[in-house]
Amino acid sequence: MEKLLDLLPQLGEAAWETLYIVAASLVFGGIAGLLIGLGLYVTRPGSILENRVAFTVINVLVNIFRPIPFIIFIAAIQPLARLVLGTGIGNGALIFAISIGAAFGISRIVEQNLLTVSPGVIEAARAAGAGPLYIVRTVLLPEALGPLILGYTFVLVVLVDMTAVGGYIGGGGIGNFAIQYGYRQFNPIVTWAAVLVVIVFVQLIQFFGNALARKIMRR
Amino acid sequence: MTDVVKSYPPSQKGGDPVVAIDGVSIEVEHGDVYGIIGYSGAGKSTLVRLVNGLEKATSGSIVVNGTEITSLKERSMRTVRGDIGMIFQQFNLFNSKTVAKNVAYPLEVAGRPAAEITARVTEMLAFVGLSDKAKNYPDQLSGGQKQRVGIARALATSPSLLLADEATSALDPETTSEVLSLLDRVNRELGVTIILITHEMDVIRSLATKVAVMDGGRIVERGDVFDVFSRPQNPASARFVSTVVQGVPSPVEVQTLRTRHDGRIVTFSFRDGNNSQAQVFLDLAATGIRFELVYGGINDIRGRAFGHLTLALQGEYAAIDAALARIGSYSEVTEVH
Ligand SMILES: Nc1ncnc2c1ncn2[C@@H]1O[C@H](COP(=O)(O)OP(=O)(O)O)[C@@H](O)[C@H]1O
Ligand SMILES: [Mg+2]
Repeated sequence: MEKLLDLLPQLGEAAWETLYIVAASLVFGGIAGLLIGLGLYVTRPGSILENRVAFTVINVLVNIFRPIPFIIFIAAIQPLARLVLGTGIGNGALIFAISIGAAFGISRIVEQNLLTVSPGVIEAARAAGAGPLYIVRTVLLPEALGPLILGYTFVLVVLVDMTAVGGYIGGGGIGNFAIQYGYRQFNPIVTWAAVLVVIVFVQLIQFFGNALARKIMRR
Repeated sequence: MTDVVKSYPPSQKGGDPVVAIDGVSIEVEHGDVYGIIGYSGAGKSTLVRLVNGLEKATSGSIVVNGTEITSLKERSMRTVRGDIGMIFQQFNLFNSKTVAKNVAYPLEVAGRPAAEITARVTEMLAFVGLSDKAKNYPDQLSGGQKQRVGIARALATSPSLLLADEATSALDPETTSEVLSLLDRVNRELGVTIILITHEMDVIRSLATKVAVMDGGRIVERGDVFDVFSRPQNPASARFVSTVVQGVPSPVEVQTLRTRHDGRIVTFSFRDGNNSQAQVFLDLAATGIRFELVYGGINDIRGRAFGHLTLALQGEYAAIDAALARIGSYSEVTEVH
């Protein structure tokens, strides 16, 4: 217990690192996932920019990359991180890996949520003379906003989970803290303090995500 | 439309293509309320979606307001769509937008100035009687109100043509007549041509001026609503007509009639333009035949009357024959055996 009190500054630092790694990954991975998901939606057969080849290519890419376990993906993507960022280790490389790794999973969630929009509503926009990109911006995304927010809430929780292996490539965060000071030093109290912080994070994310989605969907 | 064919690729590899529209020619004139009736799968929705280019014709020619649209690129097609409104069975309102924003949408697509949009939205909401709902969201409205918003949205850009695909099929009877009378005003007051898709003959009867009956991707009968209702030529048309008009009793119904009424059962058919009905009754009464109305009725289609009255006649056989012969000279008489 005393040990934990001594480690409080490190715990605060780790919590802060997790927050900003998650936030940065959400921005990069979230936008990339949104774009890939939109690509899947608009090119699928019968959709507004139907394109068999493009759909198949995107679909196959997503299917290949999505199931790779993250702990392997993070190592596999390291050479690319070195190329782009100049380094394969640290929080920057971690954000890079999470953003790319999560983008494929996010794209499926985006695609599924976009598919909840009734085709009739898209048809009404087409009948009014709107073009595909205009429809995406003015109808598709606004109509799917509620479910999308719930989807991204779920994504945020997954991102917190992904940060936990940050220590593996020299990144920080709560996961690294739990392993370095809790697990390796045989101090379960410290580990459980980290667990508690994660639980609080996840609950807060869920709470605000649900509240926002409720407000958007007006129910 | 001239010789229009629309086929969809086969649903499984190696199968036959689905021919949804099988060589249809049809002319809709300005000011018409042209009803298109048919059973589910007859090709009605496909037909109407060809008109605003939501589907591309496989072959044939489609001319809208003087423009041949089958050769148009998608981009130019969008401009044509601006002059065609469309309403749907499921209303298809944007749930994320207020009523006013829904109505504004086609105007925004057309790039109209904001001030004009606001004025037009106010005008359209007043026209459909929903001025007080401007700030509401669609899920706060009843079905009838939703369709009225749909109509306001479809007419926002002042199109000359309105496509209505089963516009009342999701509504209860009372709301249906409310929406139908609104569509009637759209046609009469705004001069909008309406193509009215439905599977309900009652909708055709209350609104349409012309009707085409579709079956298996073809038009099997067409004409003035009055003519098709009073003398359907095609079996499919006759079945639709019989859903709203009690015509000649079927053999089964005749059996039932015989168990309850004595005498000879005779159907007299009337179409407007002559007041033969009064004469028929005068002639029957003059010969002293007892008669009883057992089946049928008189229908009114946009101010013109027609119908079939089936009577049970009792009296001397020869006297009835003489009366029927006399009446047969000026009216349609069918004895049911
Ligand atoms: N997108 C499509 N792909 C394949 N077949 C279709 C498609 N749309 C309609 N069809 C087929 O075309 C026929 C006519 O359909 P539709 O025009 O919707 O009929 P209706 O509106 O009269 O019920 C049906 O057999 C239907 O299965
Ligand atoms: Mg249909």
